[in-house]
Amino acid sequence: MYRYDEYDQQIVDERVKQYRDQVRRRLSGELTEQEFLPLRLQNGLYMQIHGYMLRIAVPYGLISSRQMRMFAHIARKYDRGYGHFTTRQNIQFNWLKLQDTPDILADLASVQMHAIQTSGNCVRNITSDEFMGVARDEVVDPRPYAEILRQWSTFHPEFAYLPRKFKIAISGGQEDRAAIYAHDIGLAVTKNAQGEVGFRVLVGGGLGRTPIIGSEVCEFVPWQHILTYVESILRIYNQYGRRDNKYKARIKILVKALGIDEFKRQVEADWADLKDGPGTLTSEEVNRVASFFTDPAYETLPDHDSKLNEFKADSRSFSHWLQHNVKPHRVPGYAIVVLSLKKPGNAPGDATAEQMDFVADLADRYSFGELRITHKQNLVLADVRQKDLVSLWQEASAQELTTPNIGMLTDIISCPGAEFCTLANARSIPLAKLIAERFEDLDYQYDIGEITLNISGCVNACGQHHIGNIGITGVEKKDHDEWYQVSIGGSEGNDSSISKIIGPSFTFHQVPEVIERLVQVYLRERTEDERFIDTVRRIGHAPFKDHVYATDFSVQEEEVADKHSVAPAQYDVPYFSPRF
Amino acid sequence: MIIKNKAIVADDWTVLRLQENEAAESVHVAAGKIIVPLKVWQAQRDVLQQREEIGVWLASDERPEALKEDIKKFTVIAVDFPKFSDGRGYSIAFNLRVRLGYTGELRAIGDVLRDQLFYMQRVGFDAFAPRPDRKIEDALKGLSDFSEVYQTSFDPKLPLFRRVQRKGSQAENSQ
Ligand code: HEM
Ligand code: SF4
Repeated sequence: MYRYDEYDQQIVDERVKQYRDQVRRRLSGELTEQEFLPLRLQNGLYMQIHGYMLRIAVPYGLISSRQMRMFAHIARKYDRGYGHFTTRQNIQFNWLKLQDTPDILADLASVQMHAIQTSGNCVRNITSDEFMGVARDEVVDPRPYAEILRQWSTFHPEFAYLPRKFKIAISGGQEDRAAIYAHDIGLAVTKNAQGEVGFRVLVGGGLGRTPIIGSEVCEFVPWQHILTYVESILRIYNQYGRRDNKYKARIKILVKALGIDEFKRQVEADWADLKDGPGTLTSEEVNRVASFFTDPAYETLPDHDSKLNEFKADSRSFSHWLQHNVKPHRVPGYAIVVLSLKKPGNAPGDATAEQMDFVADLADRYSFGELRITHKQNLVLADVRQKDLVSLWQEASAQELTTPNIGMLTDIISCPGAEFCTLANARSIPLAKLIAERFEDLDYQYDIGEITLNISGCVNACGQHHIGNIGITGVEKKDHDEWYQVSIGGSEGNDSSISKIIGPSFTFHQVPEVIERLVQVYLRERTEDERFIDTVRRIGHAPFKDHVYATDFSVQEEEVADKHSVAPAQYDVPYFSPRF
Repeated sequence: MIIKNKAIVADDWTVLRLQENEAAESVHVAAGKIIVPLKVWQAQRDVLQQREEIGVWLASDERPEALKEDIKKFTVIAVDFPKFSDGRGYSIAFNLRVRLGYTGELRAIGDVLRDQLFYMQRVGFDAFAPRPDRKIEDALKGLSDFSEVYQTSFDPKLPLFRRVQRKGSQAENSQ
């Protein structure tokens, strides 16, 4: 993976110093909270329900075992022993103290990590395909370009105060695994008929209040020009994106207002002046960065390990795991292993410090010391020898990381929700747990087959509910009670679509039953080999809607009192939150 | 006092801001060194361009191209930041410098605070009028937060990868 040279290290170290001084000025009262807010937000520091939440960047989801151990250290030393992996391949710590955060950033800098631009109205962490470099369908490895874009966007002087946040995703496979259609800019690195590398550029995708699938602004931008082309998109957005209304400030609204053709015209008029200028990439630079992403020392191995088959016949659980959590690798004899952070009963995406240390060890022993964080909130060991799968499975099972549910109903994506987030209308994690427990039976899950379920505690869509086959959103009603909207028909990848709401909202305890009913319709109506999403697309919403609302729900509602049951942190520093 | 070319210097320019009851056509522009709003410049151009020294300022929603014909006439052009979170001024500055070739003083006015100065100088500002309620000496420090940057803008003219020889993974930094 990429390693810092003295320039990268210096920039990150100077950032720690600058940030330390900003915190000092805040604590001394020199900076008001209003002034500190955009500064801390450019550094991933939010004020949440329990205290400060820090979001740390994991660039394009790639992380070394050493870096993972640092997360474990941070979880132990500064937090409550766990962290939360997010849908944007980052990690969040929820219980921090402001005065500790400069030290945390210094610890991170010592392992070549940072929290730069993980929030705020700037270019955020670049996300990518969790199978980059090892996927069988890969056309071009996106990692060098993801790193080049990371460096280009880091402290870009012109684009630090955009109208709104700006998210870029890049994928390099035939199948999009980075949700590029749901990003402000989605890049598909590919090859043209002549075999030259370039980018298909999508713009104006995004979820939140107004979910929109990105539109193609250019079919093929040669690799040399990708930085200047992206720069022009950002310049047009910075100047003309709406700033009067936060909910209309994303680039998707500008693209819709102008129309993709006019938007493209403006971008390309701007770009005409930059093209072939100093921002143009050089092959030396691409080669330099690519040199960090060459193949590890793969052994020459047969593609199927016979021991594996024996063991498979013996152990049903192993066989399930192999089928669902292990993915084909482009190198014979190797496999990609997805470690599930979705054991029913656990918060989706949460990992304890022990688990972090443990997966770091696994990575060292089985996967060249590297891990990936997936946008579905799981972890990946990308380069495991097939002959190691049995022992890996045995070890990881002891740490509850082998639930064979990847791509199944209990592989739920969930935002932190009301227990952690000040914007929430409703709890997300407890609902995810409730649903996972209801559908824990694996045979039932396998019968249902491939399906995605996404939960967001509010319309902001941090859980990306619009692109889940089933999407659940916390909505507010007058009495501040929790209500949930259910929608179906969303999907990500090459056939991305936005889900539609099925009807009036439900209470917390009704939701699992609603999902049960949706599944019943699917099982009744599906043709052979049809996935849930295919059935929805074929028969439409009506049969689902009819069945869900046909009969009353007979569920017990608990007292709402435990809605925010987690104990708040103690404050001894000035703090600010819209909620307090 | 303002910051200019990385030093705190005395300043004898006055920024004219239109009051509610004043109109661009009729407002009186006092003698001396005045930085007038773009609208005033456009409305009173015939008279104002007779002056030896005149400045103009752009609001964040105004276009720098509006000055295209006149760019050489100004001793100073200022860009107003109504709120520090309004980042349009950065692109205005970039366009003034890079596209319109403006070489005179480019001054940031309005809600200008220490932590923006580093970025501002990189897109082409060389003068800053920090908010008067802050110590200007502190603001000056903001210009030296970082000693290295990755990307090109107005400053530096080349991105890091064209300025220095960076090592690939075979070098000693890989372990
Ligand atoms: C705590 C864990 C959080 C995670 C994992 C998370 C992640 C995400 C993700 C993946 C999106 C998708 C946006 C898109 O695709 O357009 C999103 C949107 C959003 N997030 Fe978060 N976020 C978190 C917390 C927060 C917090 C604390 C805030 C605000 C204080 C916030 C505010 C928003 C907003 C406003 C949007 C919608 C933006 C828009 O589309 O206009 N999120 N977040
Ligand atoms: S979706 Fe809403 S509730 Fe969930 S993390 Fe995002 S802002 Fe908070």
